[in-house]
This record gives sequence, C-alpha cells and structure tokens, in this order.
Amino acid sequence: MSAATEDAHVRGSGHEVHEMPGGHGSFRGYMTGFVLSVVLTAIPFWLVMADVLGNPRLTGIIVMGFAVVQIVVHMVYFLHMNTKSEGGWTILALIFTLTLVLITLVGSVWVMYHLDTNMMPPDHGMHMPAATSEPAPASGSAAPGAAPMQHQHQH
Amino acid sequence: MAAHSTAALTAEDFQGPGDTPVFLDAEGQHHPENGTMLGFWLYLMSDCLIFAALFAVYAVLGRNYAAGPSPKDLFDLKLVALNTSMLLFSSITYGFAMLAMEKDDQDRMQLWLAITGLFGLCFIGLELYEFHHLIHEGATPQRSGFLSAFFTLVGTHGLHVSLGLVWLVVLMVQAHMRGLGDANKRRLLCLSMFWHFLDVVWIGVFTFVYLMGVL
Amino acid sequence: MFSNPDLQKLLFGRLTLDAVPLHEPILLVTFAMVALGGLVVLGGLTYFRLWGPLWRDWFTSVDHKKIGIMYIVLALVMLLRGFADALMMRAQQAMAFGDVEGYLPPHHYDQIFTAHGVIMIFFVAMPLVTGLMNFVVPLQIGARDVAFPFLNNFSFWMTVAGAVTVMASLFVGEFARTGWLAYPPLSGPAMSPGVGVDYYIWALQIAGIGTLLSGINLIATIVKMRAPGMTMMKMPIFTWTALCTNILIVAAFPILTAVLAMLSLDRYVGTHFFSNDLGGNPMMYVNLIWIWGHPEVYILILPAFGVFSEITATFSRKRLFGYASMVYATVVITILSYLVWLHHFFTMGSGASVNSFFGITTMIISIPTGAKIFNWLFTMYKGRIDFDVPMLWTVGFMVTFTVGGMTGVLLAVPPADFVLHNSLFLIAHFHNVIIGGVLFGMLAGITYWFPKAFGYKLDPFWGKTSFWFWLVGFWVAFAPLYVLGLMGVTRRVQHFDDPSLQIWFVIAAFGAFLILLGIASFAVTLVVSFLKREQLRDVTGDPWNGRTLEWATSSPPPDYNFAFTPVVHDHDAWWDMKKRGYVRPVSGFQKIHMPRSTAAGLILGVLSIVFSFAMIWYIWWLAALSFLALTVVTIGHTFNYARDFYIPADEVVRTENARTALLAERV
Repeated sequence: MSAATEDAHVRGSGHEVHEMPGGHGSFRGYMTGFVLSVVLTAIPFWLVMADVLGNPRLTGIIVMGFAVVQIVVHMVYFLHMNTKSEGGWTILALIFTLTLVLITLVGSVWVMYHLDTNMMPPDHGMHMPAATSEPAPASGSAAPGAAPMQHQHQH
Repeated sequence: MAAHSTAALTAEDFQGPGDTPVFLDAEGQHHPENGTMLGFWLYLMSDCLIFAALFAVYAVLGRNYAAGPSPKDLFDLKLVALNTSMLLFSSITYGFAMLAMEKDDQDRMQLWLAITGLFGLCFIGLELYEFHHLIHEGATPQRSGFLSAFFTLVGTHGLHVSLGLVWLVVLMVQAHMRGLGDANKRRLLCLSMFWHFLDVVWIGVFTFVYLMGVL
Repeated sequence: MFSNPDLQKLLFGRLTLDAVPLHEPILLVTFAMVALGGLVVLGGLTYFRLWGPLWRDWFTSVDHKKIGIMYIVLALVMLLRGFADALMMRAQQAMAFGDVEGYLPPHHYDQIFTAHGVIMIFFVAMPLVTGLMNFVVPLQIGARDVAFPFLNNFSFWMTVAGAVTVMASLFVGEFARTGWLAYPPLSGPAMSPGVGVDYYIWALQIAGIGTLLSGINLIATIVKMRAPGMTMMKMPIFTWTALCTNILIVAAFPILTAVLAMLSLDRYVGTHFFSNDLGGNPMMYVNLIWIWGHPEVYILILPAFGVFSEITATFSRKRLFGYASMVYATVVITILSYLVWLHHFFTMGSGASVNSFFGITTMIISIPTGAKIFNWLFTMYKGRIDFDVPMLWTVGFMVTFTVGGMTGVLLAVPPADFVLHNSLFLIAHFHNVIIGGVLFGMLAGITYWFPKAFGYKLDPFWGKTSFWFWLVGFWVAFAPLYVLGLMGVTRRVQHFDDPSLQIWFVIAAFGAFLILLGIASFAVTLVVSFLKREQLRDVTGDPWNGRTLEWATSSPPPDYNFAFTPVVHDHDAWWDMKKRGYVRPVSGFQKIHMPRSTAAGLILGVLSIVFSFAMIWYIWWLAALSFLALTVVTIGHTFNYARDFYIPADEVVRTENARTALLAERV
C-alpha cells in the first residue's frame, strides 16, 4: 500500500498532519489504552483458562462482551477515532463497514443454518457433514490431477 | 450521508464587492485537502470486510471437524496469551514511536520502531511455531473444514503482520534517508493505522477462534 | 519436448504444447485473425511513429481524462470479444436440435458462456463505468485530477492485466466451463482439474485489485477535492451516483477477493472450504459470492442512473426534478443492495422465513428505483426536449429498463422463482436490465461526453442508426427468451431435443444479428465522426448547453482542467454561471501544480500478468520470481518522491490565449 498512499501530497498543502486520524496521540492516551486492553485481555483468558464460571455459554457471552469493549478501546486510544477527523468521514465509513460486517456475519450464519437444517438428511446432525462416514486420508487430498471426473459436460 | 463539506473554503469565502457573485478562485486560495489518510482508512475498511468474510466462513465451518481434531484437542491457550501480549506490546511501542515522531525525534522514533518490529517478529515466530506444531500432529489445513477455516483466518492475519513488518523496515529506511517530512510522517501514520487495525482484528481472532473454541 | 519429464515439469509446470489448441479450427481461425489484426495495429503504430506519443501521453499518463478514455477503449475492445461469444451461442442454440449437434461441442460451448458472462461484467461493464467516472467526476467537481493519480494509472493497468489473462486462455489452454460465478464443487479441483478455473480466478483477482483501488481513489476524490462551495447537496447527480457506486465497490469487492482466495486454496492447497467432503460446504461459496454479486449489480447500474439524470436535465432544458429525492433514492439503494443477496438462491433450501425476508427486501428496492423513473419523467414533463442521440438512449432505457425491473420484481416472489430459477426467463430478465440499463446508459454517456473528450460531436445519423438497431435488436433477441423461460427451458444448454422450440431460438439469433448491426453502426459512428470532425467541432466547450462544471472548460479540456478553480453556488453550477453573467477570464493565469507521469503502473501490470500465468500453469520458479519482482518494483516506487511538477504560468497563458482566439474567431 505504501506505494499508493503517497500521490496525494502532490496537490495538498500538506500541513494538516495534525488533522489526521492517526495523529492526536498523547502519552497518557496510549498508556490508558494499553492498561485497559491488558486488563480486558487478561480477564477473558482467565475466565476461560481457569473455567471460573463453569458455564460455557455464559462464559462465551461474557468473553464476546469483553472483545467488543476492547475493540472500542483500541479504536479510541490507538486509532484515535472520533467524530471529527476527516470531517466525520472516517467514523461514517467505520459505521457503514461495521453494519456490513454484521450483515455478512449474521446473514451468513442465518442463511447457512437454514440451509443445513433443511437440506441435511435427518440422520446427520446440522454440523456433521457427510464426511463422518468416510474417514479422511491422512495425507489430505491436494492432488487436483487425480480427479475421477475429468470431462464432465452439460448436455 | 449528507455530511458537511470538508472543503476548507466555502462559496462565502469568495464574496466579491457588492452582490456580484464570484465564480472563480482567481487568487489560487483553494487547495484541495490531502486524501491519503482517508484513502488509507477506506482501504482498511475494505480489508476489514475480507476478515469479515473469513470470520463468516469460520463461523459456518468452524465445527465441521470431519471426525478430526477439535479446538479443545489443539489449542494451547498459554501460547495464545503470550502471542497476544506480543501484539499488545507492539501496539504501545508503535504508539511511543508516533509520539517521538510528533516531537521530530528521529532517533527515539527509530528505536521504538525497531522494538515494535521485534515484537512483531516474535508474534510471527510464535504463530509459525504453533502452525508447525499443529501440522506435525496431523492437524493440517487439508484435514477438515474447521482446520481450513482456522489456518486461513489466522494465517491471513499473520500475513498482514508480516506485510506490516516489511513495510516497517521500508519506512525506517525512508525516514532515515529523507528525514521526517510531511510525506514520511503521513506514511508512518498510515502504518500506525494498519498496525493498530491488525490488533483489533486479533481481538476478534483470539476471542472468537481460540477462547470460544475451547469452551 | 524434453527427454526428461521432471525437468520439463520444473521449467514449464503443466504447460505443454498440447495447451495450444491447434486441433480446434474455430480457435485457430480466431487466433489467425487476432494475430493479423494485432500485426496491422502494431505496424500502423510503427509506420505513423506513434509509439512515443502513445507511451508518453497515454500509457504512463496519470491524467484522469486519459485513463478514463483508455478504460473505455479497453471496454469497447472487450465488448467485441464478449459479443462474438454471444453470437456463437445464439447460432449454436438456433441450429442444435434433434440430430443436428451444431458446430460447438459441449466443452467449448461451456467455455463460451462462461467467458461471455465474465467478460461482459468484469471487462466491459466495469471498465465502461470506471472509465466514465474517471473522466467525468473530477471535471464535474472542479478538480484538476483524482486524489491519487498514480494509483489511478496502476488500477487501470491491473484491469488490463486481468483482461489479458482472460484473453490468453483463448489461445493457451482453456477457460472455465463453470458459468460466470464458478460455483463449487463444479469449480473445485475434482470436477475442474484443468487450468480454466485458474484463469478465471487469477483474472478476477488481478482486475479486482484495480477495481478496489480505483474505488478508494474516487471516493477520496469526491470527498476531498470538490471545488469550494460544492457541498454534498450541491454535487451533480452523476457524482453522487459515482460516490455511491465506489462505496459499493470498496465494500463489496473484498468479499469477492476473499471467496476467490478460498476457492484457490481449495484448488491449490487442497483445503476443504467448498468441497463436498471433510466438512466443506459449497453453499457457503454461493452465499458469499452473492454478498458481493448483488451489490455488483448496483455498482453497474447506479452510474447509468447518474448519466440519465444528467442527460434528462440537459436535453429537457430543465433543472432535474426532485434532486434531493434522487440523492436519497441513490443512498437507499446503496444500503438495501446489501440485504437482498439470497434472492439469487431462493431454491437452494432456505426456509420460508429466510426466503420471505429476502423476497420482501428485494421488492422494496424497486421503490427508490421507481422514484427515480418518475423523477426523470417529471423532469421531461413540460420541458423543451431535444431528441438528440443521448436523449434517445435515455428514453429507450426508460421503456426497456422498466420492463426488466418488473420481471425482476416477479422473480423476487419466491414461489415464482421456484418455477423460473435458472430458466431463460432469468437470462432475459438480467439482460433486460443490464443491456437496457447499464449498456444503454454507458452508450448514452459516451455519446454525451464524447465532444468533451475529443472536441467534436459524434455523427447523429449513425448514432441514431446504432440506437434503433440496439433497441429493436434487444427486444427481438430477448423477448423469445422470456417466452422460452416461461415454457421451462433452462439456461446453459448446448443442444435441444424438442423441435418446437427452435423457432424461438431462430428469432433470438436474428435479434442478436440486429444487435451486431447496432455495434457495427456504433463503430461506423466513430469513424464517420472522425472524418467529419471539422464539421462536428465543438469550439465552445459546451455543445449541449449543459448544466454542470465539465462544460465550463474547453473541449477537450487542458491537462489542468480548469485554469482557475471554479467557485460553486448552486447544484447546476455551470448553468448558474451562465445565467448570472459569468465572463471567462483572459488574464491573470498562474502556474499550476500537477502530478507527474510514471511507468510504474504499467510495469506492475505486466508483472502481474506473468505472475498469474505462472500460477495458472504451476510454473513455480516463475511465480516466485515475478512475485519478487512485483515486491521490488512496488517498494522501489515508494522511494520515488518526485511525483509532481508545475505547469509554468506562460504555458497556461499560451493554452488559454489559444482558446480565447478560437472563441473570438467563432463570433
């Protein structure tokens, strides 16, 4: 990317380095972010490794919650996100992207869950594809040339 | 969408004498703003969607073990915790490098960048060690849908970190050769965004793949 | 070739002399013609000593106008290839009934329909859209170039590299036989072991990089480089649609990149993402690729909507009706386009709740689209309409596209889709919107902005001929497909048994022939207009009495677009300037800051071709070498800090004085 990011200085006046979303950092800010993220990382690891709660589902939800908070911390203290940088366009782009990420994740899982439950034969669980009945070769199957149906035509 | 214009000057800045409208910037006052940081941010957003697709695949295929090993059999959380700390340290050291850059302290900046690079190298080294170990145990990417998705998601992140390391070296050389002009500062800030962005992705990886995997 | 097969494998991977299709007469003749044509072009360039100017002024240029034109040239060349594929398919289907097998064997026919789809979408429609946006957007917002001029050149060459890769598959090896989206498991290593799918993957990945970067570039341009006074709600509608299109590009193409990368891993490494065994799930591919694929449709159509908005307002001599509603409709379409992807696979087993959700969101999209149609109609209402060629395309679009939209809403009803899925009805539907919408829009745009690009108008007689052949040809070619689709005929079939269907295919083939005449007339338009260019000359820079800023400068515009940056007070900025007595300045010119040309983009493009070719044929040493070269050139380019220069004030004065003299002469 660095090849590409340079052109723009051609026409800019170039003295707005401090307006950039990557700028604005202060020692205090970085340290706050760092301490917060250490704490927010350590707790979920501890919860899972020591199996503190004894309830995988609850632990999972809490761990996800910590991840969301930590992502926000990183966004604010390391990436210096705010509503003003670049005239609000960075935050707008971020919100739009997060919406699409959500649509992609939730939509895919929803759609694929439906396909699995509807299309799997009843004797297979939803996450157990046909492979359970045929153990895999240990070496994997990387050789494309060994395919049985070389000339499959539609007719 | 209809955010305010970010252009530095508005039509009101060009009022002529009396009511005559001014249609031209005859003095050359208007300088379009530099778009590099915005452009790079947009690139990061697009990269974020690549990871979204990989996460979606992991979410769908992540339990298709095909009678092979599952996360509980494979993942070593202590190693992951160590790896995560490497990335976290590298984030704060990159931050220190940026603080030094803002003070135009080239030497200190180079030092912090070098430390950042070392932490990054450790991260990559630990990840390679983990991969090697898994493959050695027969948990190859070809073994099951779960392992394909796992290796690709974690590997793509690792590839990004490696790219970041190459870029880091290039920028250290360039900062050394040409000093901390606007162009180089902008490049270093772009890499800063890239680096912290990878951190954010890693939060998703260790939570969603590793921690929730062994639950 | 070599006595040692290991050595040959090491040197050439799986590439052998058999890969050159000497046994296929059709390909041999095609190759001969392409080679001959290529020789004529190369000879001509050498004879007229055009290599130097071509290299200096075009290939290495970072000027957005030049790059835009080159995109459109690429698209028109690829249109010929894609359309040749279409003619071959129509001819095959018109004759292959009962005992007659036709002239295309199935393995060849399957490559042709795949190549047709891939080329028309990625290497015709996309470059047309990107090219037009590149040319027009900076002019419309009063800028001197795009935000990242080198990146723009690089994006173009990556698109070319993708196109070259597809074209190479014609003569070395084969192309995919999978349909244009290459669904696994058919596209997986077991069912498609040959190089066809690999050509497909690498061509799209390379071109995709170019598309993504040009998307980022144009967003940054529109956000950062608008003339003073041009707030978001004063932007011309075409710029608005370009902004939304590029947002869609940046947000959709990464998904394509990711999904194709996973397909490559399945093929090259043997992973199990989309395989049928060991926990893979082919439906995940279908799901992901349509998360990209549906926004892609709107990537293509939104700029066409923008073109029609500009043309309708200009040729009706009226302000666009409902500017704000047009903007909001565009934004709503942008967001909704991410919520409809499942309608491409209603029949693949989702339950009622999933299907009804996506069916309803699909139908909702027709509301903002309908609002746009009414806006154009109200713009025309009581206007003094000039039926110049661009306006003809617009009216033809409104009629044709509306029908296509309605059949689309019909297909959005899941029970109806269960009957019509994968039938020729679907084929007719999407050609109805893509030809009637995107293609008509791009041809309208080319006709509309041609005088701006080259300084003379296109000949109206041949333009009208082309329009009528296209319009009538389209309906004759695709109306029979609607009928056949309703009768249950499916797509991608090389041979039929039921002779009663034949007449419909013969009619469709005749329609394709009429479209051929339309394309030929367009080519004639270009030639005739060039010959009559003195007669068709546009001296004013404003041949249509236009409304937006691109008409404020000369035709063709100088390198720097505007000697002085315009100041905008209204969303029809140029119209406002003309109404309020703007006088063109004749003095006071200053030096102008401009980006410098570079060959780096072209070099990276060529290296990408080598890299993809090596990957396709498993020539690992060459792949490694070219990848290394790509890295070195990229890094090396970042060491080049001398990216800009000043056009000296006297040169600006000279250029502007020449124009002053020309304008005075005309009076």
